[in-house]
Amino acid sequence: MKRNMGSAGIAVVLAVLAGSLAHAQGVAATPTAAANAYVNAPHNWEMWLPTPGSPMEASIDWLMRYVLWIMAGVVGFVTLLLAYVLLRFNAKRNPIAGHVTHNTLIEVIWIVVPTLLLAVIVVPSINLIYYEADTANPYMTVTVTGHQWYWEYNYNGVQGLDYTSYMVPDDQIKPGELRRLSVDHPLVLPVGKKIKFVITSSDVLHGFYLPSLGVQRYAIPGTNQESWTIITKPGTYYGQCNQICGAGHDAMPIEIKAVPLADYQAWVKYALTNYTENTAPSSPLILPASAQKLASIALSPG
Amino acid sequence: MSSTTHDHDGHGHDGHDAHGHGAHPSFVRRWLMSTNHKDIGTLYITAAVIGATVGGVLSMIMRLQLMYPHNDIVTSGSTWNAIVTAHGLIMIFWFVMPALVGGFGNWFVPMMIGAPDMAFPRLNNMSFWFLVMGFIFVMLGLFLDSGTGAGWTLYPPLDNAKYSPGIATDFSLFSIHLVGISSLLGAINFIATILNMRAPGMTLHKMPLFCWSILVTAFLLVLAIPVLAGAVTMLIMDRNFGTSFFEPSGGGDPVLFQHLFWFFGHPEVYIMILPAFGIISHVVSTFSRKPIFGYLGMAYAMVVIGFVGFVVWAHHMFVSAISTDSKVYFEVATLIIAVPTGIKVFSWIATMWGGSIEFKTPMLWAIGFIFLFVIGGATGIVLANAGLDQELHNDYFLIAHFHYVLSMGAAFAIFAGFYYWIGKMSGHQYPEFWGKLHFWTFFIGVNLTFFPQHFLGLAGMPRRYPDYADAFAGWNFVSSVGAMISGASSLIFFYILYRVFTSKEQLADNYWGEGATTLEWAVPSPAPHHTFEDVPVIR
Repeated sequence: MKRNMGSAGIAVVLAVLAGSLAHAQGVAATPTAAANAYVNAPHNWEMWLPTPGSPMEASIDWLMRYVLWIMAGVVGFVTLLLAYVLLRFNAKRNPIAGHVTHNTLIEVIWIVVPTLLLAVIVVPSINLIYYEADTANPYMTVTVTGHQWYWEYNYNGVQGLDYTSYMVPDDQIKPGELRRLSVDHPLVLPVGKKIKFVITSSDVLHGFYLPSLGVQRYAIPGTNQESWTIITKPGTYYGQCNQICGAGHDAMPIEIKAVPLADYQAWVKYALTNYTENTAPSSPLILPASAQKLASIALSPG
Repeated sequence: MSSTTHDHDGHGHDGHDAHGHGAHPSFVRRWLMSTNHKDIGTLYITAAVIGATVGGVLSMIMRLQLMYPHNDIVTSGSTWNAIVTAHGLIMIFWFVMPALVGGFGNWFVPMMIGAPDMAFPRLNNMSFWFLVMGFIFVMLGLFLDSGTGAGWTLYPPLDNAKYSPGIATDFSLFSIHLVGISSLLGAINFIATILNMRAPGMTLHKMPLFCWSILVTAFLLVLAIPVLAGAVTMLIMDRNFGTSFFEPSGGGDPVLFQHLFWFFGHPEVYIMILPAFGIISHVVSTFSRKPIFGYLGMAYAMVVIGFVGFVVWAHHMFVSAISTDSKVYFEVATLIIAVPTGIKVFSWIATMWGGSIEFKTPMLWAIGFIFLFVIGGATGIVLANAGLDQELHNDYFLIAHFHYVLSMGAAFAIFAGFYYWIGKMSGHQYPEFWGKLHFWTFFIGVNLTFFPQHFLGLAGMPRRYPDYADAFAGWNFVSSVGAMISGASSLIFFYILYRVFTSKEQLADNYWGEGATTLEWAVPSPAPHHTFEDVPVIR
């Protein structure tokens, strides 16, 4: 059972959410684009991991720094050693070559020291593996299904809430949307709650990849994979398909709108009553002029 | 270490034939029906140059497309995927492997162990022509229909009959079979040669490290290729004969293919890098004018790498369907490989320590190899962490990592070997200035190409995308500029080839001097058609 948002209903959900937000939060974190909300997206000339949007990504960020600093030390040491050898023992400064080809002590040292370094890396690393695998006791579960070339989100706890999410085509990008990242119907999730993803595919392999949340699993037909997240802050988060899946591999991004629990619940009520049953591929979101006007009115007082 | 007797009549221009048995072989007989390890080696190197050129042109097309977001050089996703797939397959199977194993292996393993030729000369010929057939097939896989677009890992279901209809994918799959047979026959030949045909006195523990590297590589090939062949056969059966090995709807599992593929695919990584280790050992020792440091440690480090390389395959599947405890095991096993690899690196540096280092072109490539391989190894340690791989898997950090170990590891070693041995193979020396210019431009080019890709990966850019979010534009532009520089640098290589083949200079037997101690330096340059008139005796 697959439902799609009727585009006429979009304006209504904006109005509903903006209304509930006006007295709940005072911040317009709506499922659809709100101009002043927090956006966690990649930026040009970025040189490090995304700002962590979840405790898992924060742990990954920490371990990444930890391992990378150790490895930077190793690379730096080897580079300095190499540079010293090249400067000290080149043919000009050292015309007569030596003959030393064995030194048991040094050979033992360069086996033992790297082994110890690996041990230092492996302990926190294994902890992270088990932390990432801990999908127990979620607040809610969303089944994510990859299709060529869109995502389908099924809210397991909400009977009948199952819809598709397509990339906004390049020629229909509106201000505030990101080319190749924004979608017509984002995945709407509550902040601060543990969300379990059950990831699968209906056709070929896909990759459900949310860099700013530290989540990644292949979507495999016939197999259910699990992962989880807790989104710490309301806002928009992005992800992309990360396993080659055919001609539209680069055209099935993931967009997540994280909202406070009350807004999420309001959105669920709206979605249940207003999402029209529609298994055909949804058309990209284009608001009629009247609906756009309604939306802007609904949002402006908030 | 070596002693041999031979006559020097073969120093003329026609050196190859002067030593041959009987009459001059005709062109067809010599090059199409060859049973001579040097001629077959030359054929392999020629094939590798062609493979590298095709694979390189494909990479230039990709980098041009990725230079700007929303670019319009490759607009079809299918064409893009076909290019990505062909680039991977061709660079691995028709560039790196033919150059290192078929090319330098054929040329120098028999010479270094004092054997007159390979154990099975006709098998050797057959193994080369299977490679050529495979190349024709992989090119058909690129050009027929919309091409094979499943990536070089060929994961089903994308390449099954439903999602990749048409003949292209079948050609690509059969090309794997053909190149697999080629490698398998070659590997059997190397094992038979090395184990049975060493000159008197050359025990395994006196054998040059390049021969050790080829021996270990050959064992990896013999154990890994049949598994790939089985997986590919199952794919072909699924596509054409209605089986469902990898079809969930018929009780099959796509994950099974991933296991089978990487049981081959990870040893394949070492198949590509162990012969490189062997070449680097010879070059470092020669230009430091010192014997290799810790010879036995170096030899057995390769054996250990080869062995452990077989039990780490699922680290390519950390975000696929494997259990949590498996991830822990495969992470730890993978990290362990860093120890024997560290032995290699430290032993190379220890070889240089106290040496009298000459910065000839082959040595520059070897030093470049060591430096860049250490960087690629460091990012390999990062990726071995299953917890971090959940973030970095399949993104550009991975692309940067494996190009550091391949594009700068294997390729640098191939160029080191080329400049080291071209005089022995052709009888003419390369022009030193142009060799150094080639090195420095290529060094700058590949670093500029691949270092920024670490940043793209950290920012979360997935691989195999013809168009990307605008936020990735900056580093992609830098990377493409780097690719253009390395592309231009490769043109210098072709000019050097031209200079070598038009050179009139004649080289001495051992043109590198006292540092070069292996048996190939005891025979004339170019090596005569028949290497050893008398069996060399190793003392």
